[in-house]
Amino acid sequence: MRTEPFTGPSGERIPVVRTRRWGRLAAAAVAILVVGWLVYVMVVNPRLHWDKVAEYLFHDRILDGIWVTIEISVLATVLGLLLGVGMAILRLSHNPVLSGLATLYIWFFRGTPVLVQLIFWYNLAFLFPELVLKIPFTMIGVKWDTNEVMTGFTAAMLGLGLNLAAYFAETVRAGIQAVDKGQTEAAYALGMTPAKRMRVIVLPQALRIIIPPTGNEFISMLKTTSLVYVVAGHDLMTNASQIYKANNLIMELLIVASLWYMLMTAIATFLQSRLERRFGSDAVRLVRGGGRGARLLSKAAA
Amino acid sequence: MSPVVHATGVRMSYGDTQVLNGVDFAVAPGEVSCVIGPSGSGKSTFLRCVNGLEPVLGGSLRVLGEEVGYSLREGRYRPWSPKEFASFRRRIGMVFQRFNLFAHQSALENVACAPVHVLGLPAEQARRTAMDHLERVGLAEHAHKRPHQLSGGQQQRVAIARALAMSPELMLFDEPTSALDPELVDEVLEVMRGLAADGMTMVVVTHEIAFAREVGDRLTFFADGVVVESGPPAELVANPGHERTRAFLSSVLSQREKAG
Repeated sequence: MRTEPFTGPSGERIPVVRTRRWGRLAAAAVAILVVGWLVYVMVVNPRLHWDKVAEYLFHDRILDGIWVTIEISVLATVLGLLLGVGMAILRLSHNPVLSGLATLYIWFFRGTPVLVQLIFWYNLAFLFPELVLKIPFTMIGVKWDTNEVMTGFTAAMLGLGLNLAAYFAETVRAGIQAVDKGQTEAAYALGMTPAKRMRVIVLPQALRIIIPPTGNEFISMLKTTSLVYVVAGHDLMTNASQIYKANNLIMELLIVASLWYMLMTAIATFLQSRLERRFGSDAVRLVRGGGRGARLLSKAAA
Repeated sequence: MSPVVHATGVRMSYGDTQVLNGVDFAVAPGEVSCVIGPSGSGKSTFLRCVNGLEPVLGGSLRVLGEEVGYSLREGRYRPWSPKEFASFRRRIGMVFQRFNLFAHQSALENVACAPVHVLGLPAEQARRTAMDHLERVGLAEHAHKRPHQLSGGQQQRVAIARALAMSPELMLFDEPTSALDPELVDEVLEVMRGLAADGMTMVVVTHEIAFAREVGDRLTFFADGVVVESGPPAELVANPGHERTRAFLSSVLSQREKAG
């Protein structure tokens, strides 16, 4: 709003009156009262032991759980990303069987709840008591006891990773299809095979488009890991729940866990914004390609 | 000497739309063959058939001694594998209307990319040769810029250097100056003139009649998916044998005058 005074016909200064927006002030006041009251009843609630929150905030088992949560999140995300790229490539394959299987995979893992998948992997021993990896029709190979392999940790990693792969495959597919067709033609014209074109030309460009949204996947994964407590994965939520089951300080430990989840999310969000700054403008440029529309767009943006 | 490109009765269609209706066309070694025609006449499609980017559906198209897309074995034509297509295209350079430079690579990386990833040359050697090619098109000082930092004319010159880096036996140009601002056309044509002078075999789809007359050994007029007529450029421009050719040439030339 203008604060500089006007100049009148004889050079005198005529001030500008400030508008009062009463409606806006009232709305803000109501909002502050409501939120303030909610915070107040939580903070002064005699049944909430803040001293216990402080006590458990840096409890050994909580800290251990945080590391496990980060480990599971990172490993499941990496598994999901790698498998997701593979699934996207299969999905785009000209071979109808391969593309059909990829579609089936995506449909299956997106169609069933993660919770069900976690419990399924954890209980795999009911179906296959032993896992055997061997060369067919020979005795050469290795064998594991399923219950030893399928700990809460591996079940969590598999369940979350395979699930993410299904979602991520669609993101990657969109990224691959967003790369200008001219790039593929130029690659072919230079004598590249379809596989080489994908690896050397298309994927590096598609990944620049895909990387920023993966930040979101990771942030959501940090919190989805809390589901792991159903298979006792020893993550933050599992450990917090085991503590409150013993001492009944449910609210206190939920607050402890939430504070840590919020901190991890804040850090991940910060990293994501840096990723986006690094790749974001690149991605826009790549999608626009070199066409006529692209030049119009970049002129409009300039 | 046997022709580098020899098309007889080439037919091609997109679904029900006939694009090429029996094209007869030949290019001798060292020849600069320019192709003109209204949009939709099939000239670009034909060029894309020559290096197998579009499939030929009838007739015969022999390029560099091979029937494009098929090899004759034991009395039958067997379709090529992607690998066979790739090793065929290695011998042919192509320059696109929209440049199609690899957007994630610098000018130098664009030129060195195929020698490294297709021919398997050591990276250091490929970069040195790539630098020589950039020098040739006058862009050595822009080697480390990405495509979006270059003007259209510079991008197209990088694209030509990229094709040359594979030491092609034949160069195809698909309207190389059509996407350029008028003041950038000459720098690209200059590079092409140099190539022609070095004896490169070239097929150039273009609207630059002046270039065709000056540099071309042969000018071919396409319309409705066939070759209407073909001959030495000066003769064809001065004395077209068909009404369609005359109409097209006069409309293109009058546009040029207006623009100039």
